[in-house]
Amino acid sequence: MLRLINLELQKLFLNRASKILIFISFILPFTVLILSSIKINFFGFFTLELGELGIFNFPIIWHITTFFASYFKLFFAIVVVSMIGNEYSNKTIKQNLIDGLSKKEFILSKFYTIVLFSLFATVLIGVASFLIGLYYSSYTEASIIFRETEFLLAYFVKLVGFFSLCLFFGMLVKRSAFALAFLFLLYIFEWIIFGVATKTSNLETAWKIKNFLPLESMYNLINQPFQRVVMTKYPEKIDMAYDYSVYWYEIAIVLGWTAIFIFLSYRLLKQRDL
Amino acid sequence: METILTISNLTKKFGYLTAVKDLSFTIQKGNVYGILGPNGSGKSTTLGIVLNVVNKTSGEFSWFEGQTTTHDALKKVGAIIENPNFYPYMTAYQNLKLVCKIKGVDYSKIDEKLGVVGLLDRKNSKFSNYSLGMKQRLAIASALLNDPEILILDEPTNGLDPQGIHQIRSLIKQIASEGTTILLASHLLDEVEKVCSHVVVLRKGEKLYSGRVDEMISSHGFFELKSVQHDTLVAYFKDNPDFLSVKVEGDLITAFLKQPMDASTFNSLMFEKGVTLSHLVKRKESLEEQFLKLTDNN
Repeated sequence: MLRLINLELQKLFLNRASKILIFISFILPFTVLILSSIKINFFGFFTLELGELGIFNFPIIWHITTFFASYFKLFFAIVVVSMIGNEYSNKTIKQNLIDGLSKKEFILSKFYTIVLFSLFATVLIGVASFLIGLYYSSYTEASIIFRETEFLLAYFVKLVGFFSLCLFFGMLVKRSAFALAFLFLLYIFEWIIFGVATKTSNLETAWKIKNFLPLESMYNLINQPFQRVVMTKYPEKIDMAYDYSVYWYEIAIVLGWTAIFIFLSYRLLKQRDL
Repeated sequence: METILTISNLTKKFGYLTAVKDLSFTIQKGNVYGILGPNGSGKSTTLGIVLNVVNKTSGEFSWFEGQTTTHDALKKVGAIIENPNFYPYMTAYQNLKLVCKIKGVDYSKIDEKLGVVGLLDRKNSKFSNYSLGMKQRLAIASALLNDPEILILDEPTNGLDPQGIHQIRSLIKQIASEGTTILLASHLLDEVEKVCSHVVVLRKGEKLYSGRVDEMISSHGFFELKSVQHDTLVAYFKDNPDFLSVKVEGDLITAFLKQPMDASTFNSLMFEKGVTLSHLVKRKESLEEQFLKLTDNN
């Protein structure tokens, strides 16, 4: 396993484009997080301090940071599709296999790298949230701090699932740009299914169906936190209440998709003549 | 003798097209094999199948008498297929390091093999800056990294300039002289004739011939002759039991032998007949002529 990760990391880190993208996908969410946590003074007119809004309070901070950080996954998604696209355009995939890498190992080396990266991103965002939370949060009892850390797990699963989807699209179309276009098409396709389901049955069933689709199920892991922030400000607005917590079945659906995508990528490679 | 590769009844279909048809042959240790065939005769497909990048339709192949899986066997094989494929953004050294990681070979081999192909002074240049000849030599270095039991080369001199072709050929000869088994696919006949001891001839995916190169060129050869007594000479060959046929092109007479005879015997024979020759060459048919005969006949 270490050999396979080592192999993939060499391919990634010697490539300037992917090195920069990896750097951005780690540093950017981190920087945004730090910037938003400091007090910004607009030329003495007014000061903006997001911390005052209570969004850096435990436990809501876990929800907020993982939600916003997950948007930066797109940078690494580009790395994932290009690490497949490059192998095809340089024909190095063929050479790798001739040199004695099995098709299974080839897919696994990509998958392990995805998992490693997701893990690293999760740890980083976890540590950053923890430190900022300690600084701003009004509550610092351990029981409150570690409540809702399941958002970190959700974040990890979300990343692994999304990158596995990218890996599969990369294997399917062999070209990085087309693979990214496919992601967008899938997004539209999910809404089309939703639309058709609404027409044929009702809105509630349509949502149930959509919740099982890849992109929606990944999004569902970490629901939007805006309503929740508003709710903490105005606790009397009960009608705004919604269910934002992470459920085991939401994680199970995404893990299911991950398994399907990795398996399909392997099947695709196995049946393909290079 | 140790068998390295056995192919039996291998068939590959791409849709309606049959690229390889019921192909069988074996590769023994220590020989230099050539796979000959015109473009599209299934050479690369056959190699692709045994190298695990093309899926077979039916038939079998086994490496090292079936003692290892194909995936493990490939670690004892060195192969380059058509164009050298490397990561353009890595240097030669980094590319070979990656291959070492895949094959499980020690990094110390890298400098050694780069030395063999004469690229040691350029080892820190990016692959994308290499010329085609250098890329091809790097590919050979990469294939040699694990000191392979067998070296598989598919059109190794394709697209190279005469100098590059010469470099690659002498490299192949050098490797062969060290006892490495080589399987060389090519449509360049003189290449195969110069380096190979055994040959497999393919046409449209079917095997036409397999065996030793010198047995393939089985005729006794022919004389090319010129003489002022042209007509006397032509008449001599008519109904001569020693000769198969005679061909006249201008003043050049080509006489094909039925039985072995060397040039000096023939010369003294002519002298006795009172015919003086101004030109006498004994030649054997080249592999090319044999090959064209083989591939045209059916």
